[in-house]
Amino acid sequence: MFLAQSSPFLKPELSVSKMMLVVTMLMIPGVLTATYVFGYGVLVNIFLAIIFALTFEAIVLYLRRRPIAVYLNDKSAVLTAVIIGVALPPLAPWWLTFIGLFFAIVIAKQLYGGLGYNTFNPAMVAYAILLISFPAEMTTYWQTPAMLASQFEGQTLSLLETINFQLFAQLPAGMTIDALTSATPLDIVRTAVLNGSATIDEIHSEGNAFGMLGGIGTEWVNLAFLAGGLFMLRKGLISWHIPISLLATLGFLSLLFGSFELDSNPSPLFHLFSGATMLGAFFIATDPVTASTTPRGRIIYGAGIGALIYIIRTWGGYPDAIAFAVLLMNMCAPLLDYYTQPRVYGHKADERDDEEIS
Amino acid sequence: MNQPLPTSITQTIKETLRHLWSFPGGIKLSGHKSLSNHQPISTAKIAKQLIIPLSQHIGHASEPIVNVGDKVLKGQILGYASGPVSAPVHASGSGTVVAIEEHLIPHPSGLSALCVFIDTDGYEQWVECSPLISDSSSTDDKQRTVTHQSITTLSHHQINQQIANAGVVGLGGALYPSAAKLNTAEKMHTDTLIINAAECEPYITCDDVLMRQRPEEVILGILLLKKVIGAKKCLIGIENNKPEAYQALLNTISGYNTSHTEAQIEIVQVPTLYPAGGEKQLIQVLTGREVPSQGLPMDIGIICHNVATAAAVYHAVYRGEPLISRIVTITGGAIKQPQNMEVPLGTPIRDILNQAGLDEDKVEKIIMGGPMMGFSLPSIDTPVTKATNCILVSEKDELATPPPAMPCIRCARCSDSCPMSLLPQQMYWYAKTRDLEKVQDYNIFDCIECGCCSYVCPSNIPLVQYFRYAKTEIWDDERERNKANIARDRHEFRKERLEKAKQAKAEAAQLRKEKLAKKKALDAEKAKEKEGLNQSNDKPAKSSSADLIQEAIARAKAKKAQQQSQKKNTDNLSEAQQKKIDDVNERRRKKTDSEEI
Repeated sequence: MFLAQSSPFLKPELSVSKMMLVVTMLMIPGVLTATYVFGYGVLVNIFLAIIFALTFEAIVLYLRRRPIAVYLNDKSAVLTAVIIGVALPPLAPWWLTFIGLFFAIVIAKQLYGGLGYNTFNPAMVAYAILLISFPAEMTTYWQTPAMLASQFEGQTLSLLETINFQLFAQLPAGMTIDALTSATPLDIVRTAVLNGSATIDEIHSEGNAFGMLGGIGTEWVNLAFLAGGLFMLRKGLISWHIPISLLATLGFLSLLFGSFELDSNPSPLFHLFSGATMLGAFFIATDPVTASTTPRGRIIYGAGIGALIYIIRTWGGYPDAIAFAVLLMNMCAPLLDYYTQPRVYGHKADERDDEEIS
Repeated sequence: MNQPLPTSITQTIKETLRHLWSFPGGIKLSGHKSLSNHQPISTAKIAKQLIIPLSQHIGHASEPIVNVGDKVLKGQILGYASGPVSAPVHASGSGTVVAIEEHLIPHPSGLSALCVFIDTDGYEQWVECSPLISDSSSTDDKQRTVTHQSITTLSHHQINQQIANAGVVGLGGALYPSAAKLNTAEKMHTDTLIINAAECEPYITCDDVLMRQRPEEVILGILLLKKVIGAKKCLIGIENNKPEAYQALLNTISGYNTSHTEAQIEIVQVPTLYPAGGEKQLIQVLTGREVPSQGLPMDIGIICHNVATAAAVYHAVYRGEPLISRIVTITGGAIKQPQNMEVPLGTPIRDILNQAGLDEDKVEKIIMGGPMMGFSLPSIDTPVTKATNCILVSEKDELATPPPAMPCIRCARCSDSCPMSLLPQQMYWYAKTRDLEKVQDYNIFDCIECGCCSYVCPSNIPLVQYFRYAKTEIWDDERERNKANIARDRHEFRKERLEKAKQAKAEAAQLRKEKLAKKKALDAEKAKEKEGLNQSNDKPAKSSSADLIQEAIARAKAKKAQQQSQKKNTDNLSEAQQKKIDDVNERRRKKTDSEEI
């Protein structure tokens, strides 16, 4: 007569699909700012990435005999695609996106069991693989930020010209890729510091790396992602633990080491508002599937990523480090979860049944 | 003159000074309480036939003492309490017992239980009531002159006996016989009485209207409860979404607080956050203390009672009336006139739904209890029992139709919302794979099944359902194991007994032989003596027979030992395994202990 069901009966407040959609929407300010700074390539990247992502996802779901519509509708693939689209160099050729999405969706996500079962953040797996396999493409196709284009007589591309270049590698007559692109602020600073060719002050005076807060151009993108991230916090879509501990650790370490050698260490603000810091802190590190889940575990997880970002940026082989930092901490998540279980109501603080670790 | 401050002022001061604690997690829910909480409490019409289950409480079902064909009066006892944890059941209307048989009761699994069927005569003739505090002046409620002074003349024993006889049980949902609980509390020197008036589940307003419209009954009932256990402190915890109820209690209490210092009752408003009305959560919010795992509030000197229970105690003591009716919230989108109704126990749910105006076309789900912890009724031809606090009849789209569950994305919203700080996600993995050891390591038995985790899960995983499944599986396993243990013990005992008998027989035979040998030897000696020979050579023979006996006993012992070791599969356990078993046994022991109280 009536539909039998077990309690609770209230309508759930949120669904995976809605969650992914809202998070994706909240990336829009960052995406638009990135488009303003780095040109239409960002949008082309995202567009291609979404198409590739949905195609790969559908194919694998078909092969795995899973309901295609249900899982495409969870929108997790779209979110992954948007993150990869923003993270890739704005003038990246289409095949870079294609390979990236193949690794993200097919290898890192679906072969591990699909949504919820992947150990590593799919977008970061893709980024790391591309960075290792195609270092030249991944570092040189960064269009000169809009703030510098006029100052350095740089050239810009229209939307059609951008598409033409990304799909067919054809530039308008008289333009060269070198004239269009320049090293990112993080790259400039790192190269200078590693080679000892310039001090922080000298880079400052050149005016091609530092903006008001962080890296020129990228600081605006970071601010936009920060805004989106804060909104997610307010809406309770993510918990504060990971982003706050990540940013605090990164800021603290750069302050600590920066105060010893001012000449070769950029300020904490530069670290916080350059590269993919805010995107990483709020939209990548908070990927629930691959992060730690307990409150204390999440704090350690975020702090670990923050520390690794600083270490790799300062002493490692890459200008930015979100992908490696996140992947390294992904590996620690299960361990963190196990050892940071909260004290259950009515139990004593030191009481834990951990004599049977299997 | 030492004039005390008006209560309203002292209360305000107390409220601002009082420190409240909080519990982890919890969720904000829209209350839907205004649907039903401002109408006066109506009275349900007496049904043509009452179906009164003999088990409306935790513990043993009461034993029927009426027979088919008996005429019964309203309030007459139908079944006696049948053990220390049990409660009597009374007739909620006058009429004739027409049957005593199994009938569907409101139970999540659609179980049946023994019920007394009474065809009512409509006269509503009461059995003679014997209130403890007699009041013969008037039968009109308003003219009853009950003072707090009069209860000081009663002994706590008297009051508790009256509560026991009236069949009062915990009306907050636990249904634990109140008298038994009070008895234990008194023995354990419980000093704090907490009255649960939080009513945190959406839709339910039966406690709310009770406090608004009958605050006197609640307060007098509380004073009785306080008297029985000899509590020094009494706190009423009420969610701050019930300002009217709060005010009503406050106004009533003022008369008692100023004139009797021993009557001190403090009303505390707690933040509206589900599940603030959970016993453990309310204790935490009010006192900052935690009930030990597998323990009872009494372990930390606290006893909790529901407001409706307090009102039932009032009825038992001041009017001598047993618990034969309760207030039921009838609400939901498919009810034309949502309201609270005083319903005689045993009234078919169909009757009261019809009285409140059931919109047959709109009905989608019929739930007993709230939308967070209630259950779908197997049928509306089941009776209202002491447990029925709310009947929620939802229309389309009012409540969730379970959408297909998606994979867990480990977002941890479940653990963030858990008021017990459990890790529902981990418990879910282990429950799903039926790893019952692991699921207990994650403290599944601390789960209060409040439903927060299921509600917040974006993947719509019915987490609570998995936990209920795991719990019942564990209980089932343990029952099986207990059974096996008993069987094994019995078998071993029998073997031992047979062995002993055999041995005794053998020994007796030996003894006889020895005697015989001795006699023979004696005879021989005598014969030899006669012959004048003093040499005796029967000693070695004697000792060799003793050796034989020893050997036989040793053989028997070895055989027994061997058999024992073959029979037990728990003998060659590693230390770790033994520890595991001990742990499980310990847990099981604790669990059963806590269930009994």
